[in-house]
Amino acid sequence: MSKIRPSKGAPYARILGVGGYRPTRVVPNEVILEKIDSSDEWIRSRSGIETRHWASPEETVAAMSIEASGKAIAAAGITAEQIGAVVVATVSHFSQTPAVATEIADKLGTDRAAAFDVSAGCAGFGYGLTLAKGMVTEGSAEYVLVIGVERLSDLTDLEDRATAFLFGDGAGAVVVGPSDEPHIGPTVWGSEGDKAETIKQTIPWNEYRIGDLGSLPLDSAGNVKFPAITQEGQAVFRWAVFEMAKVAQQALDAAGITPDDLDVFIPHQANVRIIDSMVKTLKLPEHVTVARDIRTTGNTSAASIPLAMERLLASGEAKSGDTALVIGFGAGLVYAATVVTLP
Amino acid sequence: MAATQEEIVAGLADIVNEIAGIPVEDVQLDKSFTDDLDVDSLSMVEVVVAAEERFDVKIPDDDVKNLKTVGDATEYILKHQA
Repeated sequence: MSKIRPSKGAPYARILGVGGYRPTRVVPNEVILEKIDSSDEWIRSRSGIETRHWASPEETVAAMSIEASGKAIAAAGITAEQIGAVVVATVSHFSQTPAVATEIADKLGTDRAAAFDVSAGCAGFGYGLTLAKGMVTEGSAEYVLVIGVERLSDLTDLEDRATAFLFGDGAGAVVVGPSDEPHIGPTVWGSEGDKAETIKQTIPWNEYRIGDLGSLPLDSAGNVKFPAITQEGQAVFRWAVFEMAKVAQQALDAAGITPDDLDVFIPHQANVRIIDSMVKTLKLPEHVTVARDIRTTGNTSAASIPLAMERLLASGEAKSGDTALVIGFGAGLVYAATVVTLP
Repeated sequence: MAATQEEIVAGLADIVNEIAGIPVEDVQLDKSFTDDLDVDSLSMVEVVVAAEERFDVKIPDDDVKNLKTVGDATEYILKHQA
């Protein structure tokens, strides 16, 4: 039997740079209220959301990703040619094939980097980060670009008062590269497919075949409804707060970090009520900075953690070298939590 | 030992006070969580989880929507507590 030479990677990995892109158009709650019977006060009290960004036709998933990635690459102090792999976490890229990651890798000027998309809902960034850490330490890429990007405005039913206000668009990206010290902790991740019905797309794409359209639901103007993301609010809230707090604690334990050691908490920006209840359930000390980017960004699914990370660093609320707990959770249901050093 | 109706109401009053800041004396059997006690659908989940721990009872998501009043919740806990 021939001996196969093993690959050789870096001893550890770390996040070297982060970048974000928020679409130009800011949408206040007043615009949402044109189509649903609700109020600004109700939306704020149930979600914490005051404004969100919605992408224009030109602000495509690829275009937003390229903007965010350019900033992350510059912040990491590397060039696009050095990137060995591009991982894009998204649920709102509407060409089923090819993966949007290849277009992004090409337009950024990478040297034929490996490129693929990941579908893991609001945990997508954590899944991508985990893959990136593995690639860097295993040696299949020296630098990996991980992008979370969504155009959830395309998957929002503006006539559904439970979700019309919730979602936003944007892209966040990080560069993961080699390190002599561990700066990304063990990932605690998993799936609970028995709860798949609690967050899902209303109508699968293959029901839109010509000839079958007559069986699809109509909006108030009589047009066939486009698919949208729907969720069972109370079931998701309970799972997110109480089950995900356990996962967050497991990630802290796995990294050997106590709440007192923690500087920053960046949960998926699903709903400010979920964030507040998680903080309470986890008994995080006062000194821990908590990301509440959802107030002005909405829920951007896979993009929410890198966008929130970028904003905390840009505003000075968090600083390079801080120890942060990140946790993503959502449709699947899936989750991923880990402790990282901020770039 | 199973809790009595009085103990359950008193426990729910503590929980609602903690979560929604409502005075304990306002939490009465005939009070609606949503309409009278300012407990919205998300706070109701927190109330339910706290009640599950306190009274050693499981309250599945599908049953939560039927618990409109403090009396509904009290009756449910009385019937299902371990």
